[in-house]
Amino acid sequence: MTADTSVLLDFRDVSMRFGDTEALTGVDLTVSRGEFVSVVGPSGCGKSTLLRIASGLEQVSGGTASTASQRIGYVFQDATLLAWRSVRRNVELLAELHHVPRAERAARAAAAIDLVGLTGFEKHLPRQLSGGMRMRTSLARSLTLDPELFLFDEPFGALDEITRERLNDELLKLFVQQNFAGLFITHSVAEAVYLSTRVLVMSGRPGTIVAGFDVPFDMPRDPDIRFTPEFAALVGQISHALREGHR
Amino acid sequence: MKRIPWWQPTIVFGLVVALWYAIAAWYDKSKELAFVVPYPHLVLQEALTDGQFRQQLLENLLQTVVITATGLLIATVIGMSWAVLMSQARWLEHSLYPYAVILQTIPILAIVPLIGTIFGYEFTSRVIVTVMISLFPMVSNTLFGLASVDRAQWELFRLNGAGRFTTLLKLQLPAALPAIFVGLRTAAGLAVIGAIVGDQFFQRGTPGLGVLIQVSNSRLNGPGTFAAIITASLLGVVVFLLFGLLGRLVTGKWADQS
Repeated sequence: MTADTSVLLDFRDVSMRFGDTEALTGVDLTVSRGEFVSVVGPSGCGKSTLLRIASGLEQVSGGTASTASQRIGYVFQDATLLAWRSVRRNVELLAELHHVPRAERAARAAAAIDLVGLTGFEKHLPRQLSGGMRMRTSLARSLTLDPELFLFDEPFGALDEITRERLNDELLKLFVQQNFAGLFITHSVAEAVYLSTRVLVMSGRPGTIVAGFDVPFDMPRDPDIRFTPEFAALVGQISHALREGHR
Repeated sequence: MKRIPWWQPTIVFGLVVALWYAIAAWYDKSKELAFVVPYPHLVLQEALTDGQFRQQLLENLLQTVVITATGLLIATVIGMSWAVLMSQARWLEHSLYPYAVILQTIPILAIVPLIGTIFGYEFTSRVIVTVMISLFPMVSNTLFGLASVDRAQWELFRLNGAGRFTTLLKLQLPAALPAIFVGLRTAAGLAVIGAIVGDQFFQRGTPGLGVLIQVSNSRLNGPGTFAAIITASLLGVVVFLLFGLLGRLVTGKWADQS
């Protein structure tokens, strides 16, 4: 990994209102190169809104939000694949929208499909895939743009536990290999700790960050780390902070 | 679409033919008006063995097919363009949708004299009636399909700098295809009705089956009337099945229903 730790995403005193509803208030948040930051919080606390602001889908009501890179990947809650396109053509979509020439597009798609372990499924249609494979296709689609900052909006929330753990491992592998910075939204404290270099806890509405925890475990991570007392202790601390913030 | 076992409709068909024989026999024996409801075999005989009538039937059928196809093509182009236009902005949808509804509620009979006066009593007017009858399902189904795009997919396109046209071409239209084919199937069935109705009002030139039905009926040619009616009905069924099949061929592989 490079020693470059420049800031890619910078939120300063960000607030967000939707009509009369105050969704976010006083959010300070930075994500630097080499970091994988997870945000946990109760439902409706504005976690997803953070990503929508970071990606430019929403404009802040107050404060500033800036990104240092144009290469931003966004992985939605659903795989959002186009039902009429094969895996390969779905993975090529973003490069296509960015006017990448055909040959280059095909090469990038093949590489990304290989990275997520879907080689051999290029011609399958989304309806022929399992939920986990659809999510992998969605990941591969974003990987074709070689993002510097990757935004994840609870991407594995709808998957079963086994698939979810396997995809967590693969995401960690990608993080180490591809060297992107990540901002990951999730409901699961254990998932957040396992994936991240830093975990932020949000309070209920209006959402704001009430606590931050550095995760001391080295990358690449051993899956068995999840069964160590240190891991359990950190999950316990974060869960406690989550309950405090919810009060 | 669920597959229906063939033998169930066949039994119903047998029952209908039997009932038809019973009614025909009643008209024949009790009322002595055999031409009002002719025996089924006489109808078949008229359609298949009377060379002159068969010739007439085929010519008229061809005309009806031409009118139906022309009307359907125009309705498809206008209907889809209308829907695409409405899908581009909320204010456009609000401004234009009421007229799609009004179009459907206009009694065709009420404006027939006007169509005749302006466009004459030939092919053009027959096609106009066909278009008017079959347009609405194209507009409403296309619009529904275009609007059915998932919000996150919209945002995916927006995040990656896709403009209106690209989004329409690569996201909205493909997503709308299943709905468009449902519209097309409905519109095709209606277009056959429109072509027959158009014939009844605008009889000059080379009209289709609608005129044959009227002429046969006025000549008290019961078998001829029935043969023309059944041919028109079969055309409707064939067209409906054809577009159902086409829809399944195009979208069946990936769409959930078609």
